Amino acid sequence: MKLSIERSALLKAVSQAQSVVERRNTIPILANLLIEAEGEHVHFRATDLDIEVVDRAMAQVERAGATTVSAMTLHEIVRKLPDGALVTLTEDSAAGRLTVEAGRSHFNLATLPREDFPVMASSEYASNFSAPAPVLRRLFDKSKFAISTEETRYYLNGVYMHVAESDGGKVLRCVATDGHRLARIDADLPEGAADMPGVIVPRKTVGELRKLLEDDDMQIAVSVSETKVRFATPDITLTSKVIDGTFPDYTRVIPQGNTRKMEVDARDFAHAVDRVATVSSERSRAVKMALDEDRLVLSVNAPDSGAAEEELAVAYGDERLEIGFNAKYLLEIASQVDRENAVFLFNSPGDPTLMREGNDTSAVYVVMPMRV
Amino acid sequence: MPALCRDCLTTFDAGARCPACASRRVAAHPELFSLSIAHMDCDAFYASVEKRDNPDLADKPVIIGGGARGVVSTACYIARIRGIHSAMPMFQARRLCPEAVVIPPRMEHYAAISREIRAMMQEMTPAVEPLSLDEAFMDLGGTARLHGAPPAVMLARLIRRMRDELGIAGSIGLSHNKFLAKIASDLDKPHGFSVIGQADTDAFLRDKPVSLIWGVGATSRAALERAGIHTFADLLRWDRSDLHARFGSMGERLWTLARGQDTRRVSANHPVKSISNETTFATDTADPDVLDGHLWRLAEKVSDRAKARDLAGRVVTLKLKTADHRLLTRRHSLRDATHFADTIYRAARDLYDRGGASAGPFRLLGVGLSDLCPAAQADRSGDLLDPAATARHATERTTDAIRRRFGAQAIRKGRSLR
Repeated sequence: MKLSIERSALLKAVSQAQSVVERRNTIPILANLLIEAEGEHVHFRATDLDIEVVDRAMAQVERAGATTVSAMTLHEIVRKLPDGALVTLTEDSAAGRLTVEAGRSHFNLATLPREDFPVMASSEYASNFSAPAPVLRRLFDKSKFAISTEETRYYLNGVYMHVAESDGGKVLRCVATDGHRLARIDADLPEGAADMPGVIVPRKTVGELRKLLEDDDMQIAVSVSETKVRFATPDITLTSKVIDGTFPDYTRVIPQGNTRKMEVDARDFAHAVDRVATVSSERSRAVKMALDEDRLVLSVNAPDSGAAEEELAVAYGDERLEIGFNAKYLLEIASQVDRENAVFLFNSPGDPTLMREGNDTSAVYVVMPMRV
Repeated sequence: MPALCRDCLTTFDAGARCPACASRRVAAHPELFSLSIAHMDCDAFYASVEKRDNPDLADKPVIIGGGARGVVSTACYIARIRGIHSAMPMFQARRLCPEAVVIPPRMEHYAAISREIRAMMQEMTPAVEPLSLDEAFMDLGGTARLHGAPPAVMLARLIRRMRDELGIAGSIGLSHNKFLAKIASDLDKPHGFSVIGQADTDAFLRDKPVSLIWGVGATSRAALERAGIHTFADLLRWDRSDLHARFGSMGERLWTLARGQDTRRVSANHPVKSISNETTFATDTADPDVLDGHLWRLAEKVSDRAKARDLAGRVVTLKLKTADHRLLTRRHSLRDATHFADTIYRAARDLYDRGGASAGPFRLLGVGLSDLCPAAQADRSGDLLDPAATARHATERTTDAIRRRFGAQAIRKGRSLR
């Protein structure tokens, strides 16, 4: 194999692929990238056995072929090369080496045979559809903060992507929860997605997927089966196993009868919460919200370290209410609001609270209160 | 090199023999008079108390411990030569040394002597942190002017007083932090006096096994070995972030300890760190119903003790000892601290189902709660996905109220009868 490629194109492809590679590997081949050159393209493939990413870049291929080298080493080398450099990769299969040349720099890297590289078995996808990058970006960005890290409930360690009924129509929906808060985000159902099986997309995959979604004009090809999910742009294909488990029935969790409504500027609210929480040194900082006729008093009382209070003007017309929350959770849901006011719907101080943006029900958050 | 005679407490400069009394019991180290954190560990404490009280035992192997399935809690140095060590099952100890004198422990008596030793230490510094009846950390920083003598001299004097006034032998580890002081006290036992200075810390640790770290037991050691970490030198090769990613908070601790750093203070009123309860079965068992009953009872005991002290914890630990004495410990971090028996039981049960069950039969089962905090900070938030938990907690609060009023046996879970 021999090919030449422009440094920035190489860096983009390699850095995308290498981020899938686990930092500490007991199996050497999993620390490597599979480089395949053919025609006008070179493909970089990386896997952790659960996720596989293939990056394609244009290259001048002099001699087709394939080999594998350490993802981290190659990435570091390319990163340190000067911008604009032309990089030549040459495989010496007899010596089991790959040389990397750019200008006066010359590197010689150990390789492992391409046959050893585990390529994820291709599967039949039950559903194939295409969705604009901004739509997927919104679905995952707004839900991923609620993903659980608890190993015992492994089926919560991802975002549940599925087709749901909403106001009589079908929507593409992402839900994540850790038992303390929940995010439910809807988008218009893309054409051809109606038969998609519901899947739990693992946390790491959600992180990797984000890199495919930067370009607003990009259409993402999505393929879903019971066991795998694939997201692809013309240059990048991300394939991932999905979490083998049943996502709990979240619909019961979303309160329907919360009537006490508070409307507040999300940014002002977040800043105030952040300020009052400063005095608490506890791990889970509890903030008390005291509501009365268009007035919200946020307070923290930490006997060991101090107390804080701040008043905010809000729209609230119901009877007096005092309710506590984990400051971090309040900040996280408040920061999901980007256009309108945050609308909170409370029930009692012991019941889950609902938050949405204005009257928009396509993004709904539920948070469990905390005793204060 | 600064040196100190441990017999007559004369300080002098270098030499293997004291210029004043010609004793060979000399401690010498370049940093001897500048170090101030010490760990004092009595030598075979329970056994030496028994030998002191009954001089006939002086030259006999003595084991403190008991019960048909008991373990050795202390073995005197004569017994140790025969291969007996603490935590060894009693039947094994008897086999190794049939003529050993086995004495059941007299804890109250030991505690009284321990208090006398503690009083001696408290005369030297207010910063005395007892770890158990027979060992304690001391921080003698800033006391040299008060005592007119550096910490090393005061420590040698303490050991001499313990010997002369109480007839108890002890060893001293002197260093610049707790971690190293504790290691040092064990280096030269019995009657030891070991010093690890700032300058020789790295060289000292380099080829030592990581199992030297207090809290690195068999399980952690196996996990470390899988990562290729055997010695401190291996640890030094790891990035802080990688250690953290792989071992969590333990990784963070390993990173600093590998560099001989330990910023924990010697604290006189150390709060309780964990609450645990365990039970050794009369016969080994693998019966899930029996074990489940024990799990519940242990969880309830731990919960009762936590509630009594107004404490709650975030980490639930399950401890299992198999028939062949393998110890398995599994831990689970809860998101919200708890003191509910229900929550502790569920976490322990889950640990058992996922990690332990297949290793049975078991001879011992234990449940613990750690990473403690005040009860006011616990169980403050419900679980969206487990709405029934709120009802279960309300039930537990009610049951507790009934038990407070009518006694612990007034109301019980059926589960606890198995």
